[in-house]
Formats: sequence, C-alpha cells, structure tokens
Amino acid sequence: MATNDTRLTGWADQDHVPGLKSELLELNMGPQHPATHGVLRLLLHTDGEIVYKVTPVVGYLHRCAEKIAEGVDYKQWVVYTDRFDYLGPVTNNHAYVTAVEKLTELEVPARAEHLRVVTAELSRIASHLIALATFGLDMGAWTPLLYCFREREVILNLLERIAGGRMLYNYMVPGGVRYDLPQDNWVSDVLEFVTMLENKKLPDYNTLLTYNKIFIERTSDVAIIDRETAIDYGCTGPVLRGSGVQFDCRRNDPYSIYPQLDFEIPVGKGEMGTVGDCWDRYIVRVREIEQSCRIIRQALEQLPEGPVHAIELKKPVRVPAGAAYSRTEAAKGELGHYIISDGGTKPFRNKVRSCSFCNLQVIEKVGVGQMVSDLVAFVGSLDIVLGEIDR
Amino acid sequence: MEAMYTFFMDKAGMGELGAHITVAAIMASLMFIVMALCAIIFTWMERKVAGFLQSRYGPMRTGRWHGWAQAVADMLKILGKEDIIPAEADKGLFVFAPLLVLLGSLLAWAAIPWAPDFVAADLDLGLFYIFAVSSLVVIGILMAGWASNNKWSLYGAARGAAQMVSYEIPLALAAIPVVMYTGSLNTQDIVIAQQGGIWNWFFLRNPFLFVAFIMYFIASIAETNRGPFDMPETESELVSGYHTEYTGMRFAFFFLAEYANLFLVSMIAVMIFLGGWWSPIPGLDFAPALTFIIKGVIMVFMNMWVRWTLPRVRVDQLMHLCWKVMIPITLICVIGAGLWMMASGAAS
Repeated sequence: MATNDTRLTGWADQDHVPGLKSELLELNMGPQHPATHGVLRLLLHTDGEIVYKVTPVVGYLHRCAEKIAEGVDYKQWVVYTDRFDYLGPVTNNHAYVTAVEKLTELEVPARAEHLRVVTAELSRIASHLIALATFGLDMGAWTPLLYCFREREVILNLLERIAGGRMLYNYMVPGGVRYDLPQDNWVSDVLEFVTMLENKKLPDYNTLLTYNKIFIERTSDVAIIDRETAIDYGCTGPVLRGSGVQFDCRRNDPYSIYPQLDFEIPVGKGEMGTVGDCWDRYIVRVREIEQSCRIIRQALEQLPEGPVHAIELKKPVRVPAGAAYSRTEAAKGELGHYIISDGGTKPFRNKVRSCSFCNLQVIEKVGVGQMVSDLVAFVGSLDIVLGEIDR
Repeated sequence: MEAMYTFFMDKAGMGELGAHITVAAIMASLMFIVMALCAIIFTWMERKVAGFLQSRYGPMRTGRWHGWAQAVADMLKILGKEDIIPAEADKGLFVFAPLLVLLGSLLAWAAIPWAPDFVAADLDLGLFYIFAVSSLVVIGILMAGWASNNKWSLYGAARGAAQMVSYEIPLALAAIPVVMYTGSLNTQDIVIAQQGGIWNWFFLRNPFLFVAFIMYFIASIAETNRGPFDMPETESELVSGYHTEYTGMRFAFFFLAEYANLFLVSMIAVMIFLGGWWSPIPGLDFAPALTFIIKGVIMVFMNMWVRWTLPRVRVDQLMHLCWKVMIPITLICVIGAGLWMMASGAAS
C-alpha cells in the first residue's frame, strides 16, 4: 500500500491475525457514486466497514469560472455565479453584486434590496429543501425526497414568474435587480406558500424524518465536528452553526436590508446527542427554513415603491480601480468575492471563496474512524454542491 | 394432488414412477410461471405503491390503464440488454450465482400450501425444508459479490451474508411457537390447525404468538434484503451492492429472486400466522387459493409500505437489533407460548 501516513503504515504493520499480514482496502468512492452529490471522488482506506483515511479529490467539474470573469464585463459574469451553487443560485448573485457595488459605491434602490432579500431567501429555502431531501436519501429514506421536491417546485414556479428562469435566474445586476414584480398576485402567492410551508409541510417532514427513530439513530453522535475544528477548518453556514457557533453573515457582517429584519440564528444544541453531530447540522437547516419564512414575510410587508435598478440595464458597469471583498451568507455558508479592478469594464482578478469547498475539507479530519455508512451520512450533512467546489 | 396421481395412473395408464415425474414436472413449471408472474405484478405494484406514498402516479402510459404493462416492457428491455461479464471476474461463479439465488427461492415455493391438498411437495418437514432451502440465497449472494471482483460488490456480499445468516435465527425462532401448537412441521397441518375464523389464526391465539408474528414480519424484511434493512444493496452507499456488475438477464434473475422471496416470506407469514387459506369468517371458504393469495398480497403491501416510509438502519445497528433484541424476544415467545399451552391445557 503506497502511503506514508504513519498512522496507516503503523496499522498495517500490526499482525491482527497471527501470521497473516493485513493491509487496508483502497476504495474509490466516486466520482460516479450516488452518495457523493455530484462528481466528488473520495479515496478511502478502509478496514472492513471502518474508514481509516479519507482523501477528497475534487476538480471534475472545473469550468474556469474565475478566469472567465477576467474576460467578460461585470454584468455578464452574474450568469456564472448562478452556476456555482445551482441549488440556491440567487444567494450567489447576491454575493457577487454586493462586491461590485462595494467597489463602485452604487446606491441600490430600496425596492431592489427588498426584492433581493425575498428572492435570495426563497432560493435558500429551495436549497435547504434539497439538503434535507438528499440527506434523507443518503439514509435510504426515499419518500421525503419527493415531498421536498414537490415544495421546491412551488419555489421554482414563483421564481420563474419573477425572473424568467427555473433554475439559473441571472436575477440580480450590479445596482439592482433585473425585473420588478410581475403584474399579478405574486406577493400573496409567496405569502401563501410561506404559510403553508411553516404550518403544514415542515411538521410533515419532522414526523416523517426528523424525529424518526431510525433517522435519529443514524445521525446522532455521528461525525461530530466540535466547535474548535469547525472554526479551524473555516467551516461556515449550517455546518458551523450545527457545531454550536452562532455566526451568520446576515447578522455578524450585515449587508442589504438584513439589519432591519427580525430573525434568529438557529444553532445546534446537541438535542439528540453531541453538539456538532449530523442531526444538529440537519436540524439547523430545518430551523433556518422557518427563519427564512419569517424574513420573507417581513421583507414583503415593508416592500417600498420605486425603481428596481440604479443604472440602465444595458450599460456596462465601469468600476474604479481598487479591490474589494464582500461576504454574504449563501445557502451553504459564507460566500465571498474578492474583486480587483484596474478601472475598466472587466475585473483584473475575481477570486471566489466558496462555502462548500471550505466545508468539505473537514472531512479529512472528521471522516477518519467512521463507518462507510456514516461517511455517507456525513457527506450528506455537509450539503456540498460540486458546482461550487470546483467552480 | 391425490386426484392428479389417480388421473395419471388410472386414466392415462402410467406407472407409479411416471405419474410422480409428470406431476412433479407440472407443479414445477406451474410454480415457475406463478413466480415469474409474481415478479412482474409486484414490480408494477411496487411502483404504484411507491408513487401513491410519494404523492405521484408511478407508471401511467404503458398499456393505457395505469401503466399495467410497464413491468412487461421492462422485462422485454432487459432481455435485449448486452450480457457483460467483467474481464477480471471469476466466470464460472459469476454465471452460476444468479441461478443459485433464484433456485433458493424457487425450491422453497414447493412446500407452499395454496389450497387444501394442493401443494407441490407435501413434506412432513415442510416448514423446516422452506427455511433450509431459502438459505441457499445467501450462498448465491456471497458468490455473486466475490465473483464480480468489485470492491463494492464484495462489501454488499459480506453485509448480505452476515445479515441473512443472522436473521434466519429469529425468523425460524418466531415460527417455533406455531409448530409447538400444531405439533407438526407439515405446512398443510399448520394451516388446517387454524380452521374456524380469524380468532383461531395463530397470531391472535395468545400474546406471545402475536409478538412472534411481529418479530417474524421484521425478520422477514431483513431476510428479503428490503428497506429499511437493504444492507446488501444500499444504493446510496454501495451503488448497487452484490449485483453492481450484473446486466441483462443475469440481473433479471436477481430481480426475479427478490420479488419471489418477498412473496415467499409473505406467504409463509400467511401460512403460519394468518390462517392460510381459511377466510376470516368461518364457512366462507369458497375460494381457498384466492384467499391465500389475497392475504399474501396484503403482506407484500405491508412490506412495501415499510420500505417506502422508513430510512435505512446502519449495518452494526442491524446486527445489534438481531442478536440483542430480536433473538431474546423470540426466545421469550417460545418459552411464553409453551407456558401458555401448559396453563390452558392445550399441551397433552
């Protein structure tokens, strides 16, 4: 076995059965594997069911998005942000346009800010629904998957009516949003959906999955990321909050209209086991859906009248020379954009700090000593999206 | 059965041996046809049940009426698939494994009492025989996983072997109280002992038998490798487990065996706990075979219901459940049922 890891070679040197030399089994999990949520490849060294070493191998979905940014102008690159975390695209738009606006010091109309928050939170709910669904699927629970997709469908329809697309919206532009509300009862439809989700659908998921005995057995005390590890490895979003750290960019580094809104930051409390286990990461997402519902309701209540973009849509944005970093709370964690401008219509460099990439690293530490089944649960609870890891 | 022997010996003028061979051939082909039909019907049923539980329709197009021909179309498609044997596979074992898996469940079908005096093999050790031959499936699964020369398949096979060998114990132990009541392992005798309405069916005879029935049901899910105990397959962990490398008809054999096994354990449950061919109300036994099959289908539905509702347990939790929970409970059931029989004077 070609490895220099002392822990592993030490293991293999021992005679577990007298007279028989044993070695670890090298196992490729992915890139074509149903539980790796895309084209992630995990190189496992296992002894039977126990995993002794996990090495994530990424890059199968690399599309040079950052390099492309240097060749297109600021507005044109919004479409590429959609393709990072394609399950919650509007939150990605938000991260990018905030960075550009920081550089240009554009004043965004209040109505646009409200619409941004509403669509971004809808997108966050959609992303979290997929997270719950696929996490359940990793545990072998098929039925919640279909239920979550059914609710996501409603969100897709709502966003289609406002942005035109069903999956990749390209909704925000630097200086505002692309379209105003449609001329129909969109607002009341959103409120109706939000109420239904809170009162009917979430309790359904809770009975079906969250408080199911088998589900709790499978997720509690599994793959515990303690507070220090989560901070050391740069985990963000529900993974960090699941470990009991109350940190959310919407509250701790506020942007847009989030300071005006009243919402809570749910954290993992170790209700079913230890703080930072898979169940905690899962329940944080469920509770964030509730909070997103609250945010949407408030933002729609105080929705002001007025224009929705500060500058004309067709004009390219000219950005003064300089550099700016902005971070926002995307569905999967903290999404940061570092933009260096040389004063033209295209950025000199655009660096993306993607949340799934940082969250995934922790698997190398926490994945060791897990069972193969638990590793699947762990990857599911991290809620990674490969479009964002590889960019 | 006696009537058939008499027919072939007297009317057709065969010798005793000839009559036996003819009847055996007829029954074997009949069982195989019924089994193949079951696989097709239950595939369709599983899709419809899953769809119903997941607020969708399932197949709706093929064959117009609720997609009834979907399973037939799938079978035809699978027949046309390329038969791939991996280059590094152990060819002999690879080819033989699906047959053995199918054989294991088909053999057990022989002792199923469909109706009074209608059983392919009327064995005195019927129930024992069923449990014995259905263990062949384990060897087939282990063979398939080993021969595929694929690490994921090997994982599936190792899990499958451990699981099925373990769960055969509570499965058989749960049936023992029934055998104690009947005093016979003959499948016909077991059903006949439950005559006289739903209150005489074994699962309602006493609390221990009821618990034994629940234990049997849980163990039977594990024995057929279906969710929440689908360890050998676990599509989200092991891709497809022991049959990852199989294609075309060889895969279809595993598929056929899964549904044949599903119906088999359901029929055993009906036979030993749910009154076999007797109708719930005494005196309404007009169509014993139909009653038997309807009860079997209800048990299959229960299996599907569980599969599409619950998440999967982990492999060590599965073993924990078997050795530390189910085996003690079934042992208590055996002792409890015995004491109950002594107290009520049934043992003589």
